Amino acid sequence: MATTHSLTPAMQRQRSARMRRNMLYLVLLGLALLAPLAIYPVFLMKVLCFALFACAFNLLLGFAGLLSFGHAAFLATGGYFTGIMLSSYPGLTPEAGILIGTLAAVVLGTFFGVLSIRRQGIYFAMVTLALAQMVYFFFIQAPFTGGEDGLHGVPRGELFGLISLSDNLPMYYFVLTVFVIGFAIIQRTVHSPFGQVLKAIRENEPRAVSLGYNVDAYKLVAFVISAGLAGLAGSTKTVVFQLASLTDAHWHMSGEVILMTLLGGVGTLFGPVVGAGLVVSLQTQLAQSPIGNWVSVILGAIFVICVLSFRSGIVGEIQKLVRKNFK
Amino acid sequence: MTQEFILETRGLTKEFRGFTAVDDVNLRVREGHIHALIGPNGAGKTTVFNLLTKFLPPTRGEILYRGKPITNMRANEIARLGLVRSFQISAVFAHMTAMENVRVALQRRLGTSFHFWKSEKSLEHLNDRAIELLDEVGLKEYADVLTVEMPYGRKRALEVATTLALDPTVMLLDEPTQGMGAEDVDRIVELIRRVSKGRTVLMVEHNLSVVSRLCDRITVLARGSVLAEGDYEAVSRDPRVREAYMGSDAETEEEASA
Repeated sequence: MATTHSLTPAMQRQRSARMRRNMLYLVLLGLALLAPLAIYPVFLMKVLCFALFACAFNLLLGFAGLLSFGHAAFLATGGYFTGIMLSSYPGLTPEAGILIGTLAAVVLGTFFGVLSIRRQGIYFAMVTLALAQMVYFFFIQAPFTGGEDGLHGVPRGELFGLISLSDNLPMYYFVLTVFVIGFAIIQRTVHSPFGQVLKAIRENEPRAVSLGYNVDAYKLVAFVISAGLAGLAGSTKTVVFQLASLTDAHWHMSGEVILMTLLGGVGTLFGPVVGAGLVVSLQTQLAQSPIGNWVSVILGAIFVICVLSFRSGIVGEIQKLVRKNFK
Repeated sequence: MTQEFILETRGLTKEFRGFTAVDDVNLRVREGHIHALIGPNGAGKTTVFNLLTKFLPPTRGEILYRGKPITNMRANEIARLGLVRSFQISAVFAHMTAMENVRVALQRRLGTSFHFWKSEKSLEHLNDRAIELLDEVGLKEYADVLTVEMPYGRKRALEVATTLALDPTVMLLDEPTQGMGAEDVDRIVELIRRVSKGRTVLMVEHNLSVVSRLCDRITVLARGSVLAEGDYEAVSRDPRVREAYMGSDAETEEEASA
């Protein structure tokens, strides 16, 4: 009560939890900085790109309660735009290319959002899926995307025109920076005045309306942020792999990101990162093993087990345990 | 002329695929009154309520607030005018604390609710006011409790605190005592009496003892139309109302309302 406004005991607990969480983030960041010494950087970069993608998706599902089944469209749009720009304008620096790809995803996200946001539940998922399929077919047909082959040989270029990204190590630290920025944006959005309203809408939409909130507008803003960050993930991925392909636009990708998010823990900030890490690791490991053809089946089985036995996902379950034992 | 009526409907009608749920209802709520909307099951009370709060669009008719039409406004817009509704099933934000529930209502006035780049610490100066409001409904010690863990009666009180946070001129309460034990009912009745000072309340209510204790004026609905209106004394003596409530056979009821 010493401060100008009172802090209730729960808020003090929240504050110390926040401190502990920040410490954890610092440790993880330290580990991420050292990781390329032990693990192949290209694999790490793949994990980071998908982790950002899953975090962006989770902002929508976990914090606004909106299940989009078309997020692949934003990943792919970011990727293609960045790829096209960097391939056609050799003078363009990679960060500018990524920015353009992200903006393209924001524009597409606004368009999708305006068309879909008034729909509820499964109808929202269906509208986003339908729109994403249109985007997929557009990318197949369009003359500048390389059709089934995709865009190859996108130059990584030089960051700010100074630092060459052709080596994997500088590339990795750039991707890590992008990821941290993206994650910070999500973290802040969730813990902002806007995030509070979003949470209220997720918990009880009619009540939020009766308090005077124009819920569609809030959902739309969340949708656009989510789309933009998914685009950022796709753009960065294109620079890393020097490739933009149809796989990113396929509805499988929209499904995969749902899997990553649920597996890691929907509505937890860090869950999607764990989920993405797990799914990408499994895919990479299994693809090299003799049972490589069974990847989808194994992922499907894991998904079923996850939904049946630990619904809050890995991070969600850990949080529950911590809460139970250290209250 | 209409100024003394803060809320008014003219010929309000709602049809669902040929079925007329609300038929030509003219309702007038006087400023400062606690006005009850009662009627047997299926009388259209909740539909009228949803029309008034813009959760349903009317088929025909007009809704006026202080003499100005609000028929075409959206639900969130009338909340900004000061007409705030509650819900039949307690409408709280379950995974937020009681204090956060109230604060979400308070924060709208800050005009920063779209600011996704701002820290939620910028809301902390609202905590005192939120806790004050919780205190007003006797929930101060619940400030830190996640709403999902609160007993039902307390959730309803929290809903009132959240509504009060908007400082509404008209409170629209949809069956505020539904599903409550006797003790909770008494508490809510007292609460409504207390918070209605200087405000207008329109409530849908089943519990007639609550209505008799609280309300200045009562409108009885049956089959989508207004059957009777007056104070509790007058309404409870009205034979048509008695019939509607006792469930007499259809013929006599039709005669009565003819």
